[in-house]
Amino acid sequence: MAGLHKSEFKNPLINWIDTRLPIPSLLQKEYAAFPTPRNFNYFWNFGALAMVALVIMIATGILLAMNYQPNTALAFGSVQHIMRDVNYGWLIRYIHQNGASMFFIVTFVHILRGMYYGSYKAPRELLWMLGVVILLIMMATAFMGYVLPWGQMSYWGATVITNLFSAFPYVGHAIVTWLWGGFSVSNPTLNRFFALHYLLPFVLIAVVFMHVWALHVTGSNNPLGIDPKGPQDTVPFHPYYTMKDSVGICAFLAVWAFLVFFLPNLLGDPNNFIKANPLQTPADIVPEWYFLPFYAMLRSVPNKLGGVCIMFGSILVLFFLPWLDTCKVRSARFRPVFRKLIWVWLAATVALGMVGAHKPLGFWVPLGRICTIYYFFHFLVLLPLLGAIEKTLPLPESISQAVLGRGAGPLPNAATAAPMEKA
Amino acid sequence: MMRVFRSALRALAAGALVALISTAPALAQDDTPPLPNESWSFSGLLGGLDLAAAQRGFWVYYNVCSNCHSMHQLHYRDLAGIGMTPAEIKKIAASVQVPVGLNDQGQPIEGPGTPASQFRSPFPNDTAARAALNGALPPDLSLIVNARDGGADYVYGILTGFVKPPAGFNVPAGKYYNAYFPGHLIAMPPPLQDGAVTYADGTKATVPQMAHDVVTFLYWTANPEAVQREQMGVRVVLFLLLMTGLTYGVKRKLWSHLH
Ligand code: HEC
Ligand code: HEM
Repeated sequence: MAGLHKSEFKNPLINWIDTRLPIPSLLQKEYAAFPTPRNFNYFWNFGALAMVALVIMIATGILLAMNYQPNTALAFGSVQHIMRDVNYGWLIRYIHQNGASMFFIVTFVHILRGMYYGSYKAPRELLWMLGVVILLIMMATAFMGYVLPWGQMSYWGATVITNLFSAFPYVGHAIVTWLWGGFSVSNPTLNRFFALHYLLPFVLIAVVFMHVWALHVTGSNNPLGIDPKGPQDTVPFHPYYTMKDSVGICAFLAVWAFLVFFLPNLLGDPNNFIKANPLQTPADIVPEWYFLPFYAMLRSVPNKLGGVCIMFGSILVLFFLPWLDTCKVRSARFRPVFRKLIWVWLAATVALGMVGAHKPLGFWVPLGRICTIYYFFHFLVLLPLLGAIEKTLPLPESISQAVLGRGAGPLPNAATAAPMEKA
Repeated sequence: MMRVFRSALRALAAGALVALISTAPALAQDDTPPLPNESWSFSGLLGGLDLAAAQRGFWVYYNVCSNCHSMHQLHYRDLAGIGMTPAEIKKIAASVQVPVGLNDQGQPIEGPGTPASQFRSPFPNDTAARAALNGALPPDLSLIVNARDGGADYVYGILTGFVKPPAGFNVPAGKYYNAYFPGHLIAMPPPLQDGAVTYADGTKATVPQMAHDVVTFLYWTANPEAVQREQMGVRVVLFLLLMTGLTYGVKRKLWSHLH
């Protein structure tokens, strides 16, 4: 019959399903046999870690939602009810709360990995851009999630950030009123933020799916940034990388658990233990740590609209990175100048994070401005220029030649035969 | 790989330098003394909880602080968490008058509390509290230890920080000088005096003793799960570290024939 899938599975039940709906074959092809460069370092764990984080966030989030009340009069108390009366509610909430930070940590490392090894370059431009979309949706999700417990920082953070839209000429105030569903951050705002906070992670799943799909079309990059030339350069994903990812996942969960059980409020703000009070502004309104560099850029521009544009621009510029970086060599290993400059850029971004955590006074103001300028200078001037003037180092002939000893000719047979047989 | 790490270290060093420069002026311009450094039964990664101190602390809250401060997140039944018996809890709950619904005329009435009652609030609402206290609002104490920078040490500092103002410092009527309160002018009269309560276990009720006890109690009200959490944490983290080691060993073995 036309269309039936020819299944190779021996198990009759799996074979029966696979013939009609070839998910087993798909998994076999994409996750077991999938040829993967043999030379990944542990930085290639972080995509898998981000996926684990997303799954755990959704699982704990659904459990929280069963006991949470999206109402300004009840929200703060309902979170305390979760912490005190719901069985292991404190555990679920602390996993979710610290999970947001863990999710951003691994995602930031994942992005940096891509920047260092040139993973955004052809043919992976679309894969990279889907990643930037994921980052944007994560930020929106985390921002709205932080509003839900309805503490002082929740309320005032939401007020400051939504107010940014009033910077747009003519329509600004109308937009803000529309976002709020009223004339200030209030019950309708909390309600819609809860609805969206529940929705966006599922949108995230869809975008992650496309991200991975794109990855499986182009194949993975690797620390050398050169394409695999044949089976001697790759290993099947399973068991080699399923095993290596497992190491990373266990270590990642250990760090996460350490935060949850021993320092659950390390990354939180004491002000969020105070119920939201529209009549009392906290001394210092500080966003969560993962927003600090962007918040610093916002405040570094003396003009409100300018600040908003720079803040959004700092993420939007990442969409254009594949074309701003004109160098054909991917990995920083073979780019002596870029390899240094990427760390300068990172230092500027980390410094911006510190600027964002302080009142814009004294020495922080010029530091914020210099670093903001440098952030964009790196992308808009240095990268296009480097492509033209940097003298890159010679690339190795192939991955296997580089990892299995200098000048080696063809591979010793034993080294590759075993995995290939399993594949 | 070494290169990556060396450069990462350099970037970190640069960051640390910036952080150092930034803290220097902050320290210079502050006139608040450094927070007291009390030794707490609950501090450290594996702190326990001194239940006797927490129970004495409840006694201080019950006799002193509860005249002004609410504790909305607590129910009398929760006191089992600091080792009180059901009989003791019943007795304490019955000793306060709490709202218990409506009478036949539809008027709200009060009656003795039960273990399921919320801690009695001294005022029906914030406006009533302000009216009684010269316009000042005593914050709810359920989460106060988590809601202030400095945590337990800060709250201890507030309770023991009612010292003589420096010469020339003007303290207006209705305000009190406190070394640790931001701006030093607090609307709370010094709540603790030596002997303000009588402890059943014979402990001498000095101001530092009562402050220590009530802060221990307040740490527990803000983090009732802490002891269970840390005990569980040891097992979970050790298990995950073991799993990390095991998977690493298996991974090494699996990959060994590739190199
Ligand atoms: C006479 C009423 C009264 C009593 C009794 C009282 N307080 Fe207060 N307390 C206040 C008021 C009023 C404030 C608000 C002060 C302000 O904002 O200036 C306050 C504030 C506080 C604060 C917050 C300080 C800050 O950083 O904002 C703490 C902590 C506190 N009290 C603890 C206690 C404890 C513990 C006790 C019992 C030992 C106690 N209080 C007894 C009236 C009282
Ligand atoms: C992309 C994944 C997610 C991120 C980054 C995220 C982030 C956050 C953050 C930062 C908070 C505030 C934590 C706090 O201070 O308490 C929060 C709270 C919350 N989240 Fe999420 N979340 C995610 C997914 C979900 C999902 C899928 C759900 C529900 C289906 C959910 C439900 C909730 C609820 C009910 C709260 C409020 C309770 C609380 O404050 O702990 N979250 N989230």
